[in-house]
Amino acid sequence: MKKIGVFICHCGINIKGAVDVERLTEELADYPGVAYIENYMFMCSDPGQNHIQDAIRENKLGGVVVAACSPTLHESTFQAVLKESGLNEYQMEIANIREQCSWVHTNIEQATHKARLIIKTAIEKLKLNESLYPVSAPVTKKALVIGGGIAGIQAALDIADAGFEVIMVEKKPSIGGHMIQLSETFPTLDCSQCILTPKMVALNKHKNIKLYVNSEVESIDGYIGNFNVKIKRKALYVDPHKCNLCDDCTEVCPVLVPNEQEEGLSWRKAIYIPFPQAIPATYTLDLENCLGLEPIACGKCREKCTAEAINYDATDMIIEEEVGAVIIATGFDLYPVENIPEYGYGKYPDVITSLQFERILSATGPTGGEIYRPSDGKVPKEIVFVQCSGSRDPEHHLSYCSKICCMYTLKHAKLYKHKIHNGQPYIFYIDIRAGGKRYEEFVQQAVSEEGILYIRGKVAKIYKEGDKMIVMGMDTLSGKKIEVKADLVVLAMGIVPSEGSHDLVKTLKINTDDKGFLSEAHPKLRPVESLQAGFYLAGTSQGPRDIPDSVSQASGAASKALILLSSDKIYHSPIIAYVDEDLCSGCTICVGTCPYGARELNEVSKVVEVNEILCEGCGACISACPSGAAQQKNLTDDQIDNMIKIIASGK
Amino acid sequence: MKLGYFPGCTLKTNAKHFEDSAMQVMEVLGHPLEEMENWICCGTVFSMTTDDLMLQLSSIRNLLRAENQGYDELVTLCSMCYNTLKRAKEFILNDEENLRKVNDFMYREEAKFKGTTDVVHLLSILKDRITFDEIKKKVTKPLKDLKIGAYYGCLLVRPKELAIDDFEDPTIMEELVDTIGGEGVVFPYRLECCGAYQTITEKDITVKRTFEIINSARNAGCEALITSCPLCAFNLDQRQKETSEEFLEFSTMPVFYFTELMALALGQKWNKEWKKLHYINPVPLLKEKGLI
Repeated sequence: MKKIGVFICHCGINIKGAVDVERLTEELADYPGVAYIENYMFMCSDPGQNHIQDAIRENKLGGVVVAACSPTLHESTFQAVLKESGLNEYQMEIANIREQCSWVHTNIEQATHKARLIIKTAIEKLKLNESLYPVSAPVTKKALVIGGGIAGIQAALDIADAGFEVIMVEKKPSIGGHMIQLSETFPTLDCSQCILTPKMVALNKHKNIKLYVNSEVESIDGYIGNFNVKIKRKALYVDPHKCNLCDDCTEVCPVLVPNEQEEGLSWRKAIYIPFPQAIPATYTLDLENCLGLEPIACGKCREKCTAEAINYDATDMIIEEEVGAVIIATGFDLYPVENIPEYGYGKYPDVITSLQFERILSATGPTGGEIYRPSDGKVPKEIVFVQCSGSRDPEHHLSYCSKICCMYTLKHAKLYKHKIHNGQPYIFYIDIRAGGKRYEEFVQQAVSEEGILYIRGKVAKIYKEGDKMIVMGMDTLSGKKIEVKADLVVLAMGIVPSEGSHDLVKTLKINTDDKGFLSEAHPKLRPVESLQAGFYLAGTSQGPRDIPDSVSQASGAASKALILLSSDKIYHSPIIAYVDEDLCSGCTICVGTCPYGARELNEVSKVVEVNEILCEGCGACISACPSGAAQQKNLTDDQIDNMIKIIASGK
Repeated sequence: MKLGYFPGCTLKTNAKHFEDSAMQVMEVLGHPLEEMENWICCGTVFSMTTDDLMLQLSSIRNLLRAENQGYDELVTLCSMCYNTLKRAKEFILNDEENLRKVNDFMYREEAKFKGTTDVVHLLSILKDRITFDEIKKKVTKPLKDLKIGAYYGCLLVRPKELAIDDFEDPTIMEELVDTIGGEGVVFPYRLECCGAYQTITEKDITVKRTFEIINSARNAGCEALITSCPLCAFNLDQRQKETSEEFLEFSTMPVFYFTELMALALGQKWNKEWKKLHYINPVPLLKEKGLI
């Protein structure tokens, strides 16, 4: 039989305060199987660890029970001690007599008795423990980045710069995301496109990055380190290698479509380039709006194309890739403005969203950066910004703060003032949230020097009178109803997870929170990892955030992915399920209960097998198995039986 | 599905023309209204006092009697009756203890209150049950060229749980106006407060509200207003007397119950008695549009 050593920790007075450790040491010395026992003030300290090592060597111990704190804290510490002493680390058991005993009891007599039972169960379990070795699998040294906004771009560049291959999948015809639509960025007022386009170009030219635009992830199978990805790429009607960007095709195309890049403020053709700095720089034929790919129906663009880049016979393609890690950076959409009918968006052309105003301010926008209002092209002399449009309204809209609107609205007001010096901006706000480096200074400067008027209160209704928009609201500081006449109203819309992300998370079975944002593994300590191993989160797909935060988070996600990619193998705890093939009847009840897809029926042998890398050792299949064929390693029915006998005996 | 009609006090007095016209309309549409028996005060304003159930009893007694008389639904014309009855029902039914207490108190009634009769406003019946398409087929004298603003006030759309349409942007009455051949005009102040019972103690408030609401309607191009609330109608119509005295630039506007105009559109005769219940004489406008 295994010679077992028992080490009882005082944990200062944490354990010793409620448990009589001296008495336990005396009493348990004679327990069957115990060859050595001692107690010590801090077992986890270096001297404490040395005690264990010495005892193993001197007494030729075959297993160790440490009676101390929860295994979540020091299991790995003591496993390492065993390993150094030449024992298998799975010959160590923790008896948790702190969280489960001393911390919750005050009666020393009863607590000591309970600690005794806990230690005895650990000894009984250890007696039948087998020596186990971590399960390992190879790692495909390649990453997939879903989404080509600033977060996705940053993550892809970081991984590629570290020397690993990256596959980037973007749904739209160009990368750049929402950031490429912005005019200037707060709080420095530097041009958004000027700082983003170098990164886009770098990504496109990077030898380690393969970019698929007009593409979507169809499925991801496999497991951490070994994913098989299917990517659906829309038909390439315009060959990017042949297209010379002459723009002749758009001139002949007879179809006009609201331009998504300009938030519907201008028109584009059915064949188009999304914006001048688009990456990849090529034209896209939008099949939904094209008159038809039959030359009889239209065919004007193909006739006109001297480079012969247009091919109507192209088809959608499914591309398969193998990757080790996946970064999800699927971004955000604005909260649907139709949900706030009292603001009159859609009814009045001079009520616009914040992203539309970005386009009006942008030098590459529909007005070339001049501020005109959409209805009649007049320069707005009075402009009202409505903060928290959709945000912080748990009764009707979003309960959360969208975080970026205070700052971008202020930026809008400043840029407006810089262009129209005699204009008057008003901002309706609830609170001004300016937590960020140099953000508060940005606010104070605007209020004291730029003449921007802040009105504290919510807007109830917006309507038109003559050619003015009347913004009716409440000034909660004076307690009076207020009506502001404005030429243009900008709604600072809240942000929600992008539409495309909803389907994606369903296919990938990635956890989200109740708002649809991706869930992190731990809100504080593991903010860039998903609970699903091998998936990492970047940017606004995880929650509202601004550009600096998105970039830092993307780099964080990239470095977590790099830890995985730079390992030759991934290791996995061997405390997992196994199947006794003689007992298994192949009923497959366990296949349905496994939340990780780790169980599969072997069609030849007609027994169910366990994929050791996917199995998380949750035990669901073991309790579901009607024949007892499914067992957990080092937690077999026999072990559990013996432990229950100790507890039930009460001795 | 058995429909009962709950009139309420004003429909028998100051808003008699509302009841008369509604009766005519429903007759023409083939769904004559059957008045429930033994009804009492609806409770007037819904009481928000949560610990005094006495204030809910009048509403609940009406609902109980409607239940006992076998009505599946109780139709109201008055917005306030609708609001008060419906809220009282939800309030009592949502709490078993409240339900037990009011039933214990009403032990002399024939049966226990169970809350099986639903409270519905006539507008909902017109839209959902009869449908505007069916009404359109029966229009014989469309309200051609008549621009009408629908004034909702608060009781049809607040609180949002009992709103008969979108509580921020309702369109049911405008759609109805379009159905009977007029032009439903959306004007900014159609959901703003009319001043309600301030009309008794702080008349000035109501006068100012009337000025703002009617001005807002006028600026949007309305020639007349419709409403379904006798209190709104009183404030917006009768108070135009004081509003004209207070604001010299004010010009008056006729205010109708929506059923009056529906009756005309469905080919019914204008009842001369109705004119007496209007403060602003609607006859010149109706004559100008060739409706009478």
